[in-house]
Order: sequence, then structure tokens, then C-alpha cells
Amino acid sequence: MTTEVVDMITVVIDGFEVTVPKGTLVIRAAEQLGIQIPRFCDHPLLDPVGACRQCLVDIEINGRAFPKPQASCTIPVETGMIVKTQLTSTVAEKAQRGVMELLLVNHPLDCPVCDKGGECPLQNQAMSTGEGSSRFEGVKRTFEKPINISSQVLLDRERCVLCARCTRFSEQIASDPFITLNERGALQQVGIYENKPFESYFSGNTVQICPVGALTGAAYRFRARPFDLVSTPSACEHCASGCDMRTDVRRGKTLRRLAGDDASVNEEWNCDKGRWAFKYVTAVDRLKVPQIRNSEGILEEASWPEALAAAEAGLKATKSAVLVGGRTTYEDAYGYSKFARVVLGTNDIDFRSRLSSDEEREFLAARVVGSSTTYRDIDKADQVLLVGFEPEEESPIVFLRINKQFRKRALKVVSIGSKESIAVDKLKAEFVKVAPGQEAAAIAAQSLTSKSVILVGERAAESAGALTAVAALADSSGAKLAWIPRRAGERGALEAGAIGNVLPGGRPVTDAAARVDIAALWNTDSLPTEIGRSTSQIIEAVNSGSIGGLVVGGVDPLDGDNSQATLAALDKAFVVSLEIAPSAVTERANVVLPVAAITEKSGSFLNWEGRARSFDAAVSDSLNRSDLRILSMIAQEMGISLNLGTVTAAIKEIASIGKWDGARVSFNKVNASTQPALNADQALITSWRRLLDLGTLQKGEENLAGTARQTVAVISPKRAEAIGVVDGDQLKISTTQGSVTLSALVENIHDDAVWAPRNSRGSQLLVNLGVAHGAVVTVVKA
Amino acid sequence: MSENLEPLKPKDLGINDVEFYEVEQTPAVGFFGSMKGFWVTFSTMFKKPLTVEYPEVKAPTAERFHGRHQLNRHPDGLEKCIGCELCAWACPADAIYVEGETNTEENRMSPGERYGKVYQINYLRCVFCGLCIEACPTRALTMTNEYELADDTRAKLIFEKQDLLAPLRQGMLMPPHPMYPDMTDTNYYNGDVKQSHPSQEGN
Repeated sequence: MTTEVVDMITVVIDGFEVTVPKGTLVIRAAEQLGIQIPRFCDHPLLDPVGACRQCLVDIEINGRAFPKPQASCTIPVETGMIVKTQLTSTVAEKAQRGVMELLLVNHPLDCPVCDKGGECPLQNQAMSTGEGSSRFEGVKRTFEKPINISSQVLLDRERCVLCARCTRFSEQIASDPFITLNERGALQQVGIYENKPFESYFSGNTVQICPVGALTGAAYRFRARPFDLVSTPSACEHCASGCDMRTDVRRGKTLRRLAGDDASVNEEWNCDKGRWAFKYVTAVDRLKVPQIRNSEGILEEASWPEALAAAEAGLKATKSAVLVGGRTTYEDAYGYSKFARVVLGTNDIDFRSRLSSDEEREFLAARVVGSSTTYRDIDKADQVLLVGFEPEEESPIVFLRINKQFRKRALKVVSIGSKESIAVDKLKAEFVKVAPGQEAAAIAAQSLTSKSVILVGERAAESAGALTAVAALADSSGAKLAWIPRRAGERGALEAGAIGNVLPGGRPVTDAAARVDIAALWNTDSLPTEIGRSTSQIIEAVNSGSIGGLVVGGVDPLDGDNSQATLAALDKAFVVSLEIAPSAVTERANVVLPVAAITEKSGSFLNWEGRARSFDAAVSDSLNRSDLRILSMIAQEMGISLNLGTVTAAIKEIASIGKWDGARVSFNKVNASTQPALNADQALITSWRRLLDLGTLQKGEENLAGTARQTVAVISPKRAEAIGVVDGDQLKISTTQGSVTLSALVENIHDDAVWAPRNSRGSQLLVNLGVAHGAVVTVVKA
Repeated sequence: MSENLEPLKPKDLGINDVEFYEVEQTPAVGFFGSMKGFWVTFSTMFKKPLTVEYPEVKAPTAERFHGRHQLNRHPDGLEKCIGCELCAWACPADAIYVEGETNTEENRMSPGERYGKVYQINYLRCVFCGLCIEACPTRALTMTNEYELADDTRAKLIFEKQDLLAPLRQGMLMPPHPMYPDMTDTNYYNGDVKQSHPSQEGN
């Protein structure tokens, strides 16, 4: 890393000298001395605006004083500057009191009913820098309270101090300028456009940065006071961005989650899903006690010893495999990985409960394990190439980071895909339009430099040859390569070896030295030598009878490409299911073991960078056990010790693995498939999952679901004309398995493609159609 | 440790150079001297006894005696409590637990946006200091003179909202019901609502 040379400037604040980089604002220089100047509009990550005037200070430069107090949040330091804050200047102090009095003129005295009460910068600063009483005797300006500016954000205009933090955030950080300041004078107010609600994926941040109670969240409305809450630093389990979070719990129940402050990852932001989707943990149908399927085929509650004995008997009697979803923590994934090899004696384990390919598995083992492209690389990149990746929908903080660089220095972004997305539009990205399944050629045609970054999403696996082309492009250009899965646990599961071709740390299972390494650590004589089956191969093997048992943790069988076969396999096999709530798997399981949800256990996720995001249990007195603990109990029952009784034990063991410097898994090139011929009413389906959709972890979040984007089917203008469809007409997309009928939207999409959301209300493609990318579907006007 | 085990005299401590004096006590001298104490006892035999035959007889408490709490109502029956938790915040003994909830048109318990859905006072913890009463912004919480709070289980001493709510008086309607027509929550606080209105019934 090159050290940047920065000019330093020394200023005097309240008689103390401080040396700061040129361009630093006076208010920040004062912070470095521990002098706090009151403020509302100032936010370190937003452009200065000087809207609230609360931070007035006396400034003198080289003996020449400003005639009036100045807003310290808009003035950068200069050589010879002498600043006097409210602590040393009576003029500044009086000015601040005056501003505070004016701000409070129209502020209602409804602190007792306001959610911000107790943690309100206005309350605090009115106490520290305000007058005890008001001289205002008139009638306060009132507005109708509160108005819904979206289904999850409420606006109380009376309380607003017009600091413009929310509008600046929406414009400068999220690029969703859906709210703005309307009117002038006393009637100035935050407002939304007439026909456009505040449907931004990042709207929750405006609630968090509002310095008064003007913007509040519908889900947390009137729920608690800050002194009720026990706050625990945590990490977000919703996607691979790896946001630092704070979980606030009252009496064992999560009431809200806030974005944490981690400058190297999420800065101070997070997305609405991370902020507002947590009710699934306290859902009424959570599994609490183990269940066993009795001789009549009905699930019955059982004691732990009974359930463990049943699991042992079933797993011992047959050859078993492990399916672990991409939502487990790193430590739990490590537990599954070790359990498969040591207890079940097999490499048949796969964390990819989604559309996947063998090409992807080799790519992950050869190129992704141990790699360390970071957010910092995006900051420094000369170009970002997006392949099979829709940043705003699939990893929102990556989108914010790209957007930040785009706004700062017009970072060039190239997106390869079939449908132009909202994010592509916001980032003014160069959109390389290809037919679904034909990404490989477009990737190969890109020219990058060694300073470029390739961000490849999990959907690249759905297009044969795309990952081969990505690897080749990274090799030829020297560009940094990062794989960004959608789920939080996938990178950790990969590093933990919860996949058939590698052991923990990327050691190939076919490498004898690698096996000896891990066998010694695991205190076992030998490890299985054959490359394990992938998810779809495991399902096939169960249906053909060569595998009789499945240990399934956190998998939704409807996420895969052949959901019917998966359900049949679950029906046929002896299934031990580790789950938090009833699902399609527990319905078919022979033994159901309840596990702890994310707030009830400690652990860590590895985000897409491979950075550990560790967290402690937010609910400390939960009786639920982690997957790891339960796997250890099953192993114990089967007479083998996993030695992973606690998360701490797993962390220690993982730390002792060490780096693998031997040969990696070789990556066999895969050729792109040729585009199938299409009739006039046929198209190639393409889709992605939206941020807010029917995901299991968003269950019960009505307010959140209210801001989900509309479910539409997207076709190109040419196709629309050919089949006689305009915006809003009903469009029927069908395969031999079934059909969906959606409202049509004519947009910039490849002429051979049709797009629909993968898992939204009314459009669950993998269930309805059985296909989601690159397959031929029939598109007709309904 | 020093050999000198003599207790230090106050003067030796030199605390702020305060002067200490020893008060000499004269011992009781003679027969009458030793009878002096019995005179106090004897004289009370001719005073009116202060003993009250509790529980048969209950003497009224002082007017501002701190007894059991009460959650008051507006004159139309709506609850004054807005679930703001300021009482819980003020409580030095952590005896109060409150959960707020949103008033809706179908389910209105108090004027304005918010009401107290859960309200508990734990009388095992309460020290009757009255700070909660001072903190209450709507005069919803006051104290009665009731002091007979003993009971035989711990659970019974956690009073719920229904145990604390004031009874309905003349002109009051049992919430939930709508607010008085054309009145705002500010009118309620200013005491402009004197009794319920016929339109508030039948909810």
C-alpha cells in the first residue's frame, strides 16, 4: 500500500493546538481534541450542508476575526486559524443558545410519546446548550402526525429540525432520491413525491441518523426505551456483505437492529433487510423440542436422549450424506464438515442449496478459498466488472461501496447480464447485454487492468463456461477476483470444507498430504479419499438408492433446480434435520433436532472478503443449542468424539489448522453451451432473487414486505411488439412443469430473454417453472 | 502494627482541626435521683393511649401518605397513561415495567398516539418514594392512601394494569372507545373534556 502524502495544518481550538490533515472541518478537528461542538446536520459520511446552524463557533484567521460566529461543520481548517467554541467564547455560546431556542420554537413537547426519547441528540443538546425555558408564547406550527412515507418509515414533520440528513443520505449514499425538502420557511418539511413512496432498500438508515424523532421505524414504534434494551454487537446473517450490527434485546426478544460502525466494511450503513428482518427468531412456530417420526409416520415430541438414539440408529444403518445450507456460521459449517468426514466417513457434503454446478465447485476450490479481495480494492479499482451479480439486490453494501466510488470519482462499472437493473442504471454502468447462458463470450471480450476488480456472483454458476471465462480473464489481466455469494454463510462453509472436493482451508481431498494434515488434527486414522458428491448428485444418489441417510441443516428444498427430486429424496432417505422452524425438510424428516437461531448463539460469518464477522449471543439465556453442539452430541451417541462441544473449541481448532501451501484443486475448463433455437413465442428465462422477497428469514415482516419491489415480468420492446403486449398487460410464462402470470414491463433486456423475480410473491420460479436461468420458456400474452 | 493499642482521641485524628469537647455526665445521686426515670413511665399512665386496635380499627393516614399506585382516567374513561415509561425510568428500585403500544381507531385506550399496553408495579421492590409520580407527564400515575399490600405469594405482589387502573366513575365509558368529538389530545390534557359523549359509546 502506498502512503499518501497529506498536508498537515495546525490550528488552535480553545487554546489547544491540534494538527490535522488539510481539508478537515473545524468540527472534526475539535473532536480530535475531545471538544464536542453541538450539531444536528453534520455527519462524517455526508457532505457538509450547514443546515441546522447549531455548531456556531468564533473563528479568527491570522488575527482577522469573522464578524459573526461561523458554522464549524462547513469550514475547513486553515493555517493560523484560532477557534473559540462555546467553552471559551461567550459569543459562540450565546449564538448556540439562540439557535437552540429557535429550533425548539416549533418542536412539539411530545418527548414522552416519541421513540427517540432517551437517545435523542436534540433532547441531550437542549439540556447541554439550551436555555431552561422558552420565551416563545405563540402557537406552535403543527402538522398531521405521523405520516407513512413507506410501509416501514413514519414521518412526524412537527419534530423535524430540517437538518437534511435523511435527504442527503438518500441522494448521496443510496442514490434513491425519493425524499426531499419541500416548501420554505416555517412550513418547510420533508416530503415524498406524489406517486413514489420511499421505497429504498436503505431507508432504515435515515431512521438511524435522524437526530430527532421525525423519522421512526414502524416495527420499533413504541416498543421500548433505551434503558430497557440490552445491546450486543453482532453481525448480519442476511447476506455476505458482512455488516457490523447492534442487536437490541428486551427480555429475551429482539426489538430492533441497528447498523454498526465499521469503516472497512459497512461504514455506518446497512440495508433494510438486515435492519428489519429478525422476527423469524421469535416466530411462534419455532421448534423447541426434538421430534421423532413414529411407526405410524407421525412426528412426535421426544426427549433429547431418545432423539439422539434415533438419529444414531438411523445414520449407523446406512450410508449418509450431509446437506448444509449457506446460512450456517463458520464454526457450525466446520462442525458439519468434520462430522461428515469423521463420523459419516464421507466427502458427500455440500453447502450449496441453490442452483450450482461442478464448474463452480472447482472454481471455488481453485480460485476462491483463501483469496482476499476486499472493499478496499473496490475503493482503489479503476474498473469494476459485475458478472452474474446484481449488487443492490444480492449484496447491498457492495452496491453502496461501488456507488460511493462512482459518485466520488466516476468509477467505471461494467455489468454483464441479460436485463438492465436499477443498480446498473444508478451506477451509469456499461451494460453488456447477452442472452441468458451466453455470458462466457462477453466476459472473454472484456479488457481489464491489474487494478480492476471482478465481482462474480453465485448466479455465474448457472451459466456454463462463465466461471471459466472469469478465471481466464483474471489471469490474463491480473485483475482482482472476488466471488460474492448471496448467503452469509457460504464463504465460511467453503473455507470450512463443507463441500465435497476440499477439506478445511482449501486442502484438496485428493491430496494425501492434505488428508494427513487434517487427519492428524482431527485425531482420526484416515479421511475419505474420493471427491464427494455435489448437492444434486447427493439427491440423485438418494433417489437411486446408493445413499440412505441425510443430515440436513438449514436447507430449503425448494431453492434447488430440481425441487421435486429433492422432496422425493427427503421422503425416501432417513433424514436428520437440524432446524429452527418447521420447513419442507422437517415435514419429511425422521428426526428433527431444534437448533439455536443466530441471536441465541455466538460464532462468526466470513463475508465475501473472507473477513471474520464474529458475534456473541444477543439473548444470553437461551436454552437452544448451536448446530455444532448438537452434531457433537450425535457423534458422541455414535461413539466418536468430535471434540467440538463449544463454539470456543471450534474457534481454537480452526485457528490451529494453518494455511495450506500445497497444490490447489485444479480447475478444469468448461465450454460455454450454444444458445438453443427459439420459436417466436419462446424465450430464455433469466431471474435473480430480490433483496426483499419470500425468503425464509423475512417471514412475518409485514412492514418490510410493503417496500418490496413490484413483481413484474420484463420483456424487450421488440418482443412486446411481436406478441402485442404493453406495460401492465398480463404475461404468461410457462414450462412443462407449470406457469406464472405476471404484469408485463417493457424494458432494456435482451430480445431473447424474459426476466421475472426468482422468489417473490406470485413468482417463485423454481417452484412454478422449475427453471430460473438460461432455460427455454414459453412467453405469451395471458 | 504499633504497640500502642490506645484508641486515638478525636483530637489526634486532626480532622479539619475541629475542636472536640468531652461532655461530663453526672451520675444519678440519691434516692430521688434514681427514681427520676420511673416518673416518666408513671406519668404516661394518665395520658390518652395512642394504640389503635388494628385491623378492627383503621386510623386514617396522613393526607399525602404514599400508598398503592393508581392509574387515572380522563373524565370520559380513556386512560391517561401513554406508556412513555418515564415512571420506570425514574424508579430507583426498578419496580415498574411498561410496554407501549399504538392506539388505533378500532382500539383506542388513551388520547393521542400511544398507550400503555403492559403496566406492572412490583410491590416487592417498590420503596414508595413517589419519584414515579413526579415523573409522570400526564398525571396518569398517582398514589392512593391504601397501605394494606401484604400477600402470601411473590406473584400476587406484582400488580398488573387492571389492578392499578382507577374504577370508572359517573360519566366514564370503558375503553376502548373513540376520543371526544372535535377534541385533540391537547384538549384532554388541558381538561377540556368533562365527561363522555354519546358518540363514544357502542364500540
